[in-house]
Amino acid sequence: MALSLKQRSVLPGFGLTMGFTLLYLSLIVLIPLSATFLKTAAMSWSQFWNTVTEPRALASYRLSFGASLIGAAINMVFGMLAAWVLVRYSFPGKRVVDAMVDLPFALPTAVAGITLTAVFARNGWIGSYLEPRGIKVAFTPLGVVVALTFIGLPFVVRTVQPVLQDLDAEIEEAAASLGASRWQTVTRVILPALLPALLTGFALAFARAVGEYGSVIFISGNMPMRTEITPLLIVTKLEQYDYAAATAIGVVMLVMSFALLFIINLLQWWSRRRYA
Amino acid sequence: MSIEVRHITKTFGDFTALKEVSLEIPTGELIALLGPSGSGKTTLLRVIAGLEVADPGSGAILFDGEDATSRSSRDRQVGFVFQHYALFRHMTIFENVAFGLRVRPRKVRPSESEIRERVSALLKLVQLDWLAARYPSQLSGGQRQRVALARALAVEPKVLLLDEPFGSLDAKVRKELRRWLRRLHDELHVTSVFVTHDQEEALEVADRVVVMNEGRVEQVGTPDQVYHHPANPFVYNFLGNVNLFNGRVEGGKVHIGDMAMELPEQMRPDAETAVVYVRPHLLEIDHQPTNTNHFRARVEHINPAGPLVKVELISEWGDPVQVEISQERYRDLRLKKDAEVFVTPKEKKIFVEKYSI
Amino acid sequence: MAGTVALSVAATSITRTRATTEPALVRWTLIGVVLVFLGLFLAVPLAAVFSEALGKGVAAYFAAFREPDALAAIRLTLLTAAIAVPVNLLFGVAAAWAIAKFEFVGKNLLITLIDLPFSVSPVVSGLIYVLLFGLQGWLGPWLAEHDIKIIFAVPGIVLATIFVTFPFVARELIPLMQAQGTEEEEAARVLGAGGWQTFWRITLPNIKWGLLYGVILCNARAMGEFGAVSVVSGHVRGLTNTVPLHVEILYNEYNSTAAFAVASLLAMLALVTLAAKSIVEWKSQRQMAAGKRTAAEGKVR
Repeated sequence: MALSLKQRSVLPGFGLTMGFTLLYLSLIVLIPLSATFLKTAAMSWSQFWNTVTEPRALASYRLSFGASLIGAAINMVFGMLAAWVLVRYSFPGKRVVDAMVDLPFALPTAVAGITLTAVFARNGWIGSYLEPRGIKVAFTPLGVVVALTFIGLPFVVRTVQPVLQDLDAEIEEAAASLGASRWQTVTRVILPALLPALLTGFALAFARAVGEYGSVIFISGNMPMRTEITPLLIVTKLEQYDYAAATAIGVVMLVMSFALLFIINLLQWWSRRRYA
Repeated sequence: MSIEVRHITKTFGDFTALKEVSLEIPTGELIALLGPSGSGKTTLLRVIAGLEVADPGSGAILFDGEDATSRSSRDRQVGFVFQHYALFRHMTIFENVAFGLRVRPRKVRPSESEIRERVSALLKLVQLDWLAARYPSQLSGGQRQRVALARALAVEPKVLLLDEPFGSLDAKVRKELRRWLRRLHDELHVTSVFVTHDQEEALEVADRVVVMNEGRVEQVGTPDQVYHHPANPFVYNFLGNVNLFNGRVEGGKVHIGDMAMELPEQMRPDAETAVVYVRPHLLEIDHQPTNTNHFRARVEHINPAGPLVKVELISEWGDPVQVEISQERYRDLRLKKDAEVFVTPKEKKIFVEKYSI
Repeated sequence: MAGTVALSVAATSITRTRATTEPALVRWTLIGVVLVFLGLFLAVPLAAVFSEALGKGVAAYFAAFREPDALAAIRLTLLTAAIAVPVNLLFGVAAAWAIAKFEFVGKNLLITLIDLPFSVSPVVSGLIYVLLFGLQGWLGPWLAEHDIKIIFAVPGIVLATIFVTFPFVARELIPLMQAQGTEEEEAARVLGAGGWQTFWRITLPNIKWGLLYGVILCNARAMGEFGAVSVVSGHVRGLTNTVPLHVEILYNEYNSTAAFAVASLLAMLALVTLAAKSIVEWKSQRQMAAGKRTAAEGKVR
């Protein structure tokens, strides 16, 4: 059955739905994306290369990638812990906490941006504790990390949670019966099983963070060379009507996201194979 | 309605599910398609139903002598009972059974009161009228199975097709339901085809059994015919336990150990080897040698639980042999492990293998 | 999937023995760490929105919504969502039907392509339409000639929103419909139902919760999208400003109270989304679990 060909199925509507799917996908996604790549073809290679490697662009990549890596790493640790606590333990208010984990998905990024700024500014709820101790968050690269941690928070939790739930309690009992301590069971049996999901969550959080715009631009202060992220640089170039530069940097970001998408697909394929 | 399958071939990618299958099913018969998994029996059923389309140009399906190959499953007027029932989970039992009537075009759709009447009658027929308002998830497997049957019958099909109808049920319910299906068929007399991998089920319920293997029909016959006169080693093997003895062919006889058995005349006299098939209950055990053909064996294991006593022997040439004897005979023999016994085949079937071993 | 998950959690938390859990001290420390982390990153910002919004009293709060620009922004956001959500819903159902009910070569590639907009930066999502329809873009001169404005106008905002919310419904429905298989639809066909009858009476009732789930997420993103819309909008007050863009303008004008007041509207939308999502998740898990259960029981020999 698995190999039966589409035109031989008894269910109707393949032509209609497939045709509509392909048409819509092409019009909305594929054609605009390819047009962007074609646009860079108008530039010469050296023009392109100079645009995407100018110092300001390089500084923005460093910040975007660096802050995204740190944010995703923080989320990997705390996301793993949160998934563990939500799956394994019971405590009052667990359902609400579980639902709240998705807040960064549901809260518009502009709102996240201005609130995080308000909270971490010098006179904000948290900022007023940190700044006297010499920790400046708002309008520094640290602020970018905070915003990117916020928007990437649900990814690791939501990829690890189902795997942890499906993990057979018997393998832990088996480890315990073979004389493993609880710590050994966790580090040698459970964590390796969760690894693909953890990495997938990390990659998803990282990919989301690299492209993030709304939640970052308020808290970062947007100083060129210091706190300017790559998406913001694109917007700046657009506002200066420098379409060629905006396109070139945009293509760099597109290539990056496709590479990340490819890695994520590989990770998911790996974890599926592992648990099949 | 009679069904005729003519030279149907069906491939899924590289896999050939049906190879040139032909079959005739007369009106009113109850037919079992029997075979191991992957033998093509379900594919054949789905091709008859129009749920699967045979390879282009590979033959035809005829209903009452009329070519129905290009008719869609919608227009074939078949009732199909799915292996996992495929009940509509968001509808009550009543609505499930009524579905086929409700989706008819307005001109031929029965009135609401007629629908009610017909559905109630059907639910009574399958003894589930008291569950009409329930949902499928609230029913047991056997009940779901009967709802699926009632739903299929509601559209007054000319043919009833059932895919492993009892496959998902536990042993006891399965036995009850298959007797019930047989009675139902005797009442309704609608041409029915069911798929099964259980030989006992096929032999007990069907008028005729179609034994299938690797996309081909191996034998078609009454339960008696296929069981007692299997056409080939596959059918013999598939229908019940069997012991195999490899023998040499010499002077028109098959020699196994000291035994010599006549080779049936239609068998190729030039063959070098032949295989003798004997069912476990057709082997006799004795402490003394008999004057007919026999071989020596040693008792390896005895399992007296059940209606028959199962005895495992090791033959004089070192092969395991399974024998079933009655409890009475077992008591008379006072069999012990490691005892030397003489074994006599009462009835056997000889096949000449196509290849020499 | 998740439905069986919920059931198994309930079961294991009862049977979990000493050997497979941690001492109470470790347990409560971990719970504490997680709650503090989530509190800092989720609860505090959320509370701050409302605190800042109401900081200058209730009157100042409501004044922010009486402004014509704010009302125009709300209208535009509603209009955008009212177009983007239905077309993506239609697409999602069509794509899921083609992918889940039929076999064809390149299916995995198609699924990846459908997910593509999720991995594209919002800013780039806006940029690609500027490059296509903007004055400097491929179709720009032609559009200018015919006096059609897409970029820095409502159509551009709608297009960018459609792009960023493109996969939501499809990616909810594809796994759901794949898990449900085609047997029920086949049964309906054999019983004489037509294509549309089969879809309306059998398929749709079976996927309604998953569909609603996708619509809720799609709507939240459509109403809240900032980056992509910001690039194509042109920020014309009262004309091409959506609610999130209006928040930005107010904030940049140091009108913090009004900015947070309007932001609180979006935060409430987020909370409603989360609540609706939880309810629908629970319902759809039950639907999926019921489907799985009947299928699983069917398969037990």
